[in-house]
Amino acid sequence: MMARLLKSREALLAGAIALLLALVSWRFPGFVAPENLARIFNDTAILIILALGQTAVILTRCIDLSMAANLALCGMVAAMLNAAAPGIPVGALLALAILTGAALGAINGALVWQLGIPPIVVTLGTLTIYRGLIFVLSGGEWVNAHQMSEPFKDFARAELLGLPVLSWIAFLVVAAMAVLMTRAPLGRAFYAVGGNPTAAIYAGIDVGRTRFAAFTLAGAIAGLSGYLWVSRYAVAYVDIAAGFELDIIAACVIGGISIAGGIGSVGGAVLGALFLGLIKNALPVVNVSPFWQLAISGTAIIIAVVANARAEGRARRIILRKAEVLA
Amino acid sequence: MLHAPSTSIRAKTPLLTLSGISKGFPGVRALAGVALEIFPGEVTALIGENGAGKSTLVKILTGIYQPDAGTIRLGGAEVSFRAAHDAAAAGITAIHQETVLFDELSVAENIFLGHAPRSRFGLIDWPAMRRNAAALLDRIGARIAPETRLRDLGLASRHLVAIARALSVEARIVIMDEPTASLSHKEIAELYELIERLKAEGKAILFISHKFEEIFRISDRYCVFRDGECVGGGMTAETDHNELVRLMVGRSVDQIFPKTAAEIGAPVLSVSGYSHPTEFEDIGFELRRGEILGFYGLIGAGRSEIMQALFGITRASSGTLRIDGKAARIRTPAEAIAQGIVYVPEERGQQGTIAGLPIFQNITLPSLAKTSRAGFIRLAEEFALAREYTARLNLRAAALDRDVGTLSGGNQQKVVIAKWLATRPKIIILDEPTKGVDIGSKAAIHAFMSELAARGLSIIMVSSEIPEILGMSDRVIVMREGRIVASLPREGLGAEMLVRAAAGIREAA
Repeated sequence: MMARLLKSREALLAGAIALLLALVSWRFPGFVAPENLARIFNDTAILIILALGQTAVILTRCIDLSMAANLALCGMVAAMLNAAAPGIPVGALLALAILTGAALGAINGALVWQLGIPPIVVTLGTLTIYRGLIFVLSGGEWVNAHQMSEPFKDFARAELLGLPVLSWIAFLVVAAMAVLMTRAPLGRAFYAVGGNPTAAIYAGIDVGRTRFAAFTLAGAIAGLSGYLWVSRYAVAYVDIAAGFELDIIAACVIGGISIAGGIGSVGGAVLGALFLGLIKNALPVVNVSPFWQLAISGTAIIIAVVANARAEGRARRIILRKAEVLA
Repeated sequence: MLHAPSTSIRAKTPLLTLSGISKGFPGVRALAGVALEIFPGEVTALIGENGAGKSTLVKILTGIYQPDAGTIRLGGAEVSFRAAHDAAAAGITAIHQETVLFDELSVAENIFLGHAPRSRFGLIDWPAMRRNAAALLDRIGARIAPETRLRDLGLASRHLVAIARALSVEARIVIMDEPTASLSHKEIAELYELIERLKAEGKAILFISHKFEEIFRISDRYCVFRDGECVGGGMTAETDHNELVRLMVGRSVDQIFPKTAAEIGAPVLSVSGYSHPTEFEDIGFELRRGEILGFYGLIGAGRSEIMQALFGITRASSGTLRIDGKAARIRTPAEAIAQGIVYVPEERGQQGTIAGLPIFQNITLPSLAKTSRAGFIRLAEEFALAREYTARLNLRAAALDRDVGTLSGGNQQKVVIAKWLATRPKIIILDEPTKGVDIGSKAAIHAFMSELAARGLSIIMVSSEIPEILGMSDRVIVMREGRIVASLPREGLGAEMLVRAAAGIREAA
C-alpha cells in the first residue's frame, strides 16, 4: 500500500520540492544547509498546522474561510490576558486559546449542521465577525512586545534538542492528525462524508455531526496557531494573519486535498504547505521579485488541481456511466 | 406494424412512426425493435412494468438518447435527433415526472426561456412575453399570473406551466410521463380536461401511465411494453383490464429464480401501526427468521419510505417496532445497524460505495466499532474482516487497498453487499436488488439471497419486478398509496393478483 501511495500525488509533490531545492542550491549551496532548512520548516510550521485543520474540513466537502480570523482573535485574547495579568501561566493561556478556537469553530460547525447553510457562506460571515470582535476587544490597539511577559514570548522560540518548540509542536500535530486520519473512526468518517454523503448516511455515519467535529477540530487548531503566532512574532493587532486563510487553502489544494471532498492525506497537506514555504523563502534568495512568488503559487495551485482532477476522473467514471443506465 | 387498421381510423395517417428502434447499454438491453405509431388528435397510452423500456423510449423521442438501430418518421419524412433541441425543433416535447423548470424565475420566463420574444434592440420584450404567457395559460385554462415566481406554485400548477411551455414552442407531439403520479383528484380531472383540449387542437399525445383507470378514461390507443418490446397494442376501446394485465406480465417465471426452501422460524421483526405524516399509514407486518418478504407496489406506493424509516433515515410519526420480541426504537441508521438491520439502497452508485476510499475501507465502514480497540482502528483486523467477506462473495479484486472506483459495476455491488454482511446483520432490506443489472448477475444475486435466507437471515425485498417478487418471496405484501392492501402467501400467488392489488382493481372485469 505504501508503495502505491508514494507513486501518487504526494510523491509527485515531493519530487517538485526536491527539484526546487536542487535548483536553488545549484546557485546558492547554503540554501540546503540543515540550519537553513530547519529555519524554513520553523517558518512554515504554523501554515502546516493550519493546513491540517483545513484538511479535515475540506475532506468532509466543506471549507473554513474563518481560520485566519479565528487565529487572530484567539491570539489577541491570549495576548491581552497576558498583558493584563502576566501571572497567568503560559500553559493556561495556551489551553484557553485552543478552547476559544474550538468554540469559534463549533459555531461554524453548528451553523452548517443545524441550519444547513453552505459552509462557504457561514465562514465568510464568521470571518468578518471574528475580525470585528478583535477590534471590539482591543479597541484597535496593538499588544506590543514590551507588554508581553517573557515566558509568553519565549514559548514558541525556545529551543528543545536543537529545534524551536514551534517546530516540535508542528511535528506533534502532524503525528496526531496522521493517527486520527488513518486510525480513528472519526478520521474515516471525514473521508466517507466527503466522498459520498449519501452512502455515509447509509453506513450509519451522522453527516452533520461529522462536519461539526471537523469544524471544531479546525477551530481548535486555529486557536493553537493563534497563540503560537503572537508568541513567535511578539505582537498582536487586528490584522494579523489577514488573508492567510487563502494560503491555508492553497497549501491544501497543492497538497492534493480534493476541494470536492473525500480525497487527500495528511502527508499531502504537509507537503503542500512546505512547497509554499519553500517558494516564499527561496525566491528572495535567488533575487526574484515577490510578485513572482504569487504567480508561482498560483500556477502551482492550478497544476495541482488539474493533475488531481484527472486522477479522480478516471476512478469515478465507471460509477457515472452506471448511474446513467439506471436513470 | 402493430396497429391493425380498423375501419374507424383507416383515413388517418400517423404523425410519428417508429420502426425497429433498438437501444442497448452495457449489460442491459433497453429496447429491442420497438414499433409504434402516434396519431394527431389522439392519446396513445404507453403501459408497462418499471424497467420495461418506456423511459428509454421517451429519451430517444426527445433526442437525449440516440437509438442503436431503427428509424423515426415524422409526418412521412425520416428524421434523426442528435440532441434535445433537434427534437424540440421538430415539435416534440416532453413533460416529465419531475418537471424540469426553474424555481427562481417567473412563470412567463419559464414558459419562454430560450425563445423569448425580442424587442427591436435584441433585448427581451417583457410586455410581449407577459402577454403571450397570459394568452397561453388562458388557452389551457390555467389560472396562474405570468409574474408568479415558480417556487410559489404547487406541483399541479407547475405541470400546467410545463404544458404551457410545450405549447409555446408549437409542439405537435406532447409526451406526458406519468403526469398524474403526484396530483390530487381535482387536479387530475383538470388535467384530463386539458388533454381533451389539446386533442381538439390536433396534438398527438403520448401518455405514460401505470394506472389502469386513467388509461381507459383518456386514451384512444394503447401499447404495452415488456422487456424493451411493444408486445401488444390497439384501440383502447377494444381491450379490457384482463388483456392488459396479461400482456404486461406474460411469462412464466418459476425456472429463472432459484428460491430454495428455507426453514422459517420465529418472528424477528414486528411492525404495527407504523405511520408517517405524508408517506405511509398504519403499516403492520411481521418478518420471520429465514424468510424473504417481498414488497410489491407501483412507484410512489410508499415502500422505500417505510424501509428508510425502519433504517432510521426518516422517522415514523407513530407505531411500534419489536425486534426479537422486544420493543425497539430506531432513530438513526447507526442504531439500526447496531440492532442488526441493514439497508442496501436502490441507487448503489450514488448511495453505496465511497469513491475516495479503498475497497477494504468501504467494506469496513459500518463495522469500524468491531475492529477498533480503545477508539483506534486495528488495521490488521480491519483488513482481515474485509478479506473474509470479499472471499465469501468471490470478489476477485487484485488488491483490497485499491480505490473502489476502479472496480466494475458488478464488483462494486459485491463490495456493497460485503459491507453489509460484515456487520453480521439479522435483517437485510434490499431495495430493488437487481435493478439495472444484467441477467447473469441477477441470477447470482438471487442465488445469494436464497443462501442467506437458508442461513437464517431475514430479508425484506422491495421490488417492482413481478417475476422477481413471485420467484423469490416467501410472502408478498402489496402496497398502494401508502397503505398495505394485501399480504399474500407464496402458494397460489399469481402475477395478475399482484397487478390488480397494486393498481386497485377489485374484480376480474
